[in-house]
Amino acid sequence: MAQIERPLSPHLQVYRLPLTALASITHRATGVGLGFGTLLLTWWLVAAASGPEAYGNFQWFAGSILGILILFGFTWALSFHLLNGLRHLFWDAGWGFDKQESHKASLLVVGGSVALTVIVWIAAFIF
Amino acid sequence: MASPRSSLRSPLGAVRGLGSAKDGTHHWWLQRVTAIALVPLTIWFLASLVVLSGSSYEVFTAWVAQPLVAVLLGLFVGVGFWHLKLGAQVVIEDYIQAESTKIIVSMLVNFATVLLGAAAIFSILKIAI
Repeated sequence: MAQIERPLSPHLQVYRLPLTALASITHRATGVGLGFGTLLLTWWLVAAASGPEAYGNFQWFAGSILGILILFGFTWALSFHLLNGLRHLFWDAGWGFDKQESHKASLLVVGGSVALTVIVWIAAFIF
Repeated sequence: MASPRSSLRSPLGAVRGLGSAKDGTHHWWLQRVTAIALVPLTIWFLASLVVLSGSSYEVFTAWVAQPLVAVLLGLFVGVGFWHLKLGAQVVIEDYIQAESTKIIVSMLVNFATVLLGAAAIFSILKIAI
């Protein structure tokens, strides 16, 4: 078959991605991140079922700098995936497709996820 | 692949068994059902994390042992891993081209989610019962 030079559609890297597109790919990234985070959740529960010594090991890791960083990231990923997931459900219902509305919702999701993470961590230190 | 003109097989025969088995939206729908179930469960879990952060072995196991907590935690873990399995499958299908790698990786993800889910739920039951 002869090679025909057809015009190519501009690919991903030549666009400045709108916030909604960035939120969309972040939704997927946080989903994958949360998937790996379930290792930590499972460790927590298995350690608690195994006894005080195993639980102590988990607590040591959760209290380390690496552990705190991972837990903080997990909290944010969960907050983002929750809020953006809600937005996806609204889309499924047919709401919020307008360009301006979608941009506003993206801002709300990004801001809300940061706010929720900070609230959870401050509250965790208080209680 | 042979061009359709060189084959005596009818177009219908070529696609039979490859197309929709009348469950085309099943995966999509289950992803939504599990997502909706996870909304209240996740809010509850985040609120619980606030109270539980840094709690001792005694405090944590006593919390898990409460019947309502054990049930909600079991549901959060079970539905969460189910949602994860469905989501990971889509990611794998989108990014992995080679059919054999695709099958192996998605199978590994299925095994991992079931293994982790079983370990988590067994642990909850062991503490609670």
